[in-house]
Amino acid sequence: MAKITFDGIEVEVPDGTTILNAARKIGGNIVPPAMCYYTPIKGTGGKCRACLVKVAAGSAKDPRPMPKLVPSCITTVQDGMVVENTTNQSVLDVRKGIVEMLLINHPLDCPVCDQAGECDLQNFAFEHGVATTRYEEERRTFEKIDIGPYIQLHMTRCILCYRCVYTADQLTERRVHGVLGRGDAAEIGTYIDNIIDQDFSGNVIDVCPVGALTDKTFRFKQRVWFTKPVNAHRNCENPKCSGNVVLWYKGKDVLRVTARKDEYGEVKEWICNTCRFEKKETSDWTIEGPSHIQRTSVISANHYELPVVNPQVIADLPESSVRDLENNPPLKLGR
Amino acid sequence: MGRKLLTEHINVPGIDSFEVYRKHGGYRSVEKALKTMTPDEVVEEVKKSGLRGRGGAGFPTGMKWSFLAKPEGVPRHLVCNADESEPGTFKDRHLMTKLPHLLIEGMITSSYALGANTSYIYIRGELLYVLRILEKAIAEAYANGFLGKNILGSGYDLDLHVHPGGGAYICGEETALLESLEGKRGNPRNKPPFPAVQGLYARPTVVNNVESIAAVVPIVNDGGEEYAKLGVGKSTGTKLISACGHLNKPGIYEIELGVPVEEFIYSDEYCGGIWKGRDLKAVVAGGSSVPILPKELILKTAAGENRLMTYESLSDGGFVTGTMLGSGGFIAMDETTCIVRNTWSFSRFYHHESCGQCSPCREGTGWMEKVLHRLEHGHGHMHDIDLLVSVAKQIEGNTICPLGEAAAWPVAAAVRHFRHEFEWHVTNPAEATRPGAYYSSKAAVVA
Repeated sequence: MAKITFDGIEVEVPDGTTILNAARKIGGNIVPPAMCYYTPIKGTGGKCRACLVKVAAGSAKDPRPMPKLVPSCITTVQDGMVVENTTNQSVLDVRKGIVEMLLINHPLDCPVCDQAGECDLQNFAFEHGVATTRYEEERRTFEKIDIGPYIQLHMTRCILCYRCVYTADQLTERRVHGVLGRGDAAEIGTYIDNIIDQDFSGNVIDVCPVGALTDKTFRFKQRVWFTKPVNAHRNCENPKCSGNVVLWYKGKDVLRVTARKDEYGEVKEWICNTCRFEKKETSDWTIEGPSHIQRTSVISANHYELPVVNPQVIADLPESSVRDLENNPPLKLGR
Repeated sequence: MGRKLLTEHINVPGIDSFEVYRKHGGYRSVEKALKTMTPDEVVEEVKKSGLRGRGGAGFPTGMKWSFLAKPEGVPRHLVCNADESEPGTFKDRHLMTKLPHLLIEGMITSSYALGANTSYIYIRGELLYVLRILEKAIAEAYANGFLGKNILGSGYDLDLHVHPGGGAYICGEETALLESLEGKRGNPRNKPPFPAVQGLYARPTVVNNVESIAAVVPIVNDGGEEYAKLGVGKSTGTKLISACGHLNKPGIYEIELGVPVEEFIYSDEYCGGIWKGRDLKAVVAGGSSVPILPKELILKTAAGENRLMTYESLSDGGFVTGTMLGSGGFIAMDETTCIVRNTWSFSRFYHHESCGQCSPCREGTGWMEKVLHRLEHGHGHMHDIDLLVSVAKQIEGNTICPLGEAAAWPVAAAVRHFRHEFEWHVTNPAEATRPGAYYSSKAAVVA
């Protein structure tokens, strides 16, 4: 076991845990954002640089600070490590820079994007970004590529987190897409025209942090915040499929089926393509009840609420009351 | 002229063949190391020599070698980084073309020191003709019993392979190189784990520059202490400098570290001064990624001392008034050079070569290039200049590999030292964009 101090809060985690997961054990608003890291998928992380934190003391044995900010999603804890996230202004400044970088080539077409409302980039930009842009150049765009009947690839929105590449590697029988090109011309593609319809390939839609991969059976049907999430399950014939899903209802219609996600947007159990794309009748499913949606989520609140990212606020609080912040966010946007 | 350790016989006809190379004292270090020294003794000699990595970062080679993990039963590898693609640097190409056996000799001795039985030379894809030269030389070494099983009857086996890359600059970064060597997309890995622990095929690996490996040969031949007598302070030995730009005698020079920069540029022994009798404006001392310095600061440090061609002297004053020795790509620019255009050109290179894996570099390099393009073509604003500095700062230190820094440093340094030229481009776009227009040290000159 290793004991670390994260933003002044002590937490004990098993050796080999990453800093990010240690922070998630504490929970609340001190958890660094993660755009590319995805716990259930091996090999992810380290790319988006959104979760950079300051390690003020490397370990109890060697208490020197680390010279650069480190990606918390892939850096493992050492006993006696002291990590600063929301308590360090330079970390927050860098994060602001990362938001800016991720957004300069993003089309910002949220009003017509199916991911809006449950988009990691939207949340990240809202929490850490600024309202204006310094970017005057033309944005990078890509032609739409047809990759089959189920999934829409919208490369212009992609932030190159590589999640879908690793997901296809680890879940499906054969990966047919990958990253082509390099630099800001790098794109997700199949190179030679190909269809992504391997079983379990639908999970790339769930892992995509932005609206680059969306469900063709749900496209333009409804804004997510107008649909009602309901937990359901069925006895799926596929032994690898859990059959535990969320049905998104509008009135009596099941508009889409997704896997169940935890509070960090990570899929708990993978589902097969049949469950996701074919079973769109209530009679296909055993209903369990409404899904729990975080109160701060735009899906339940219909508007964004600003979480606490102000280091001053955190620093003045006794440790025990940090958790209470979740229930009483001191800052609100708009009304 | 100082002593030459690597290029002493470079102009001997036929030196690229085994017989001629052997006649001129070649492969002595292999004989000495394999017959009279233990691997640890070779490492110890390299440590004593104070040799610093010649690829750019200047990390002590002996120390790097001693970090190599040596778990029981796991093979180790030595990989030679011959993916030389930094603009302004062309020393390794020359060395490999003329003296392929020197590199092979260094590879055998170094592999023996590290206990590697399979070693690789990862060569840049564009250098296909050099690959052919190396392959021929390796075949000769096999035929003469210097590679393969039981080398010189010592019981030590070594296989040496040359592998061409696809011509991506990023594959010169050591972990991207290893990925590429494994047959994957050349994306740099996150560190830790470092290659010394988990490198090629997840085995302990040392990645060294061509020149570092070649320098092992004279170190083993003459002893580390003898090597350390050359040079100044912690910058020991000799270094190949590839000088280019507006010089009377551009080319590759093997210098003893510690030659004053002024002497290097102006003496007839080396570059012979600036061409056409013009004045020097700026120097990029170590390949395009290091900060550019104006004439006053490259010849003398901020404290007024003579700047020497050493790791320490060139980096004196940090990045405010200093630069780095880097990989030895010495680019001199005369007074007619447009710094904005030059910075745009460098920036375009890094934009093109960013691998696109991590967001600050992928987006930031393109952003800087576009802003510089606008400035150069007369569509810039005053706030663009500060924007450049700010973007460079957002990239620097926040990326997976050093390409982010390599892209950010030249831009930040150009604005730091030549801000007036950027401002001139904003305030006088019509003049500044006219062909042949430049800003001399005194005032704008419109051709």
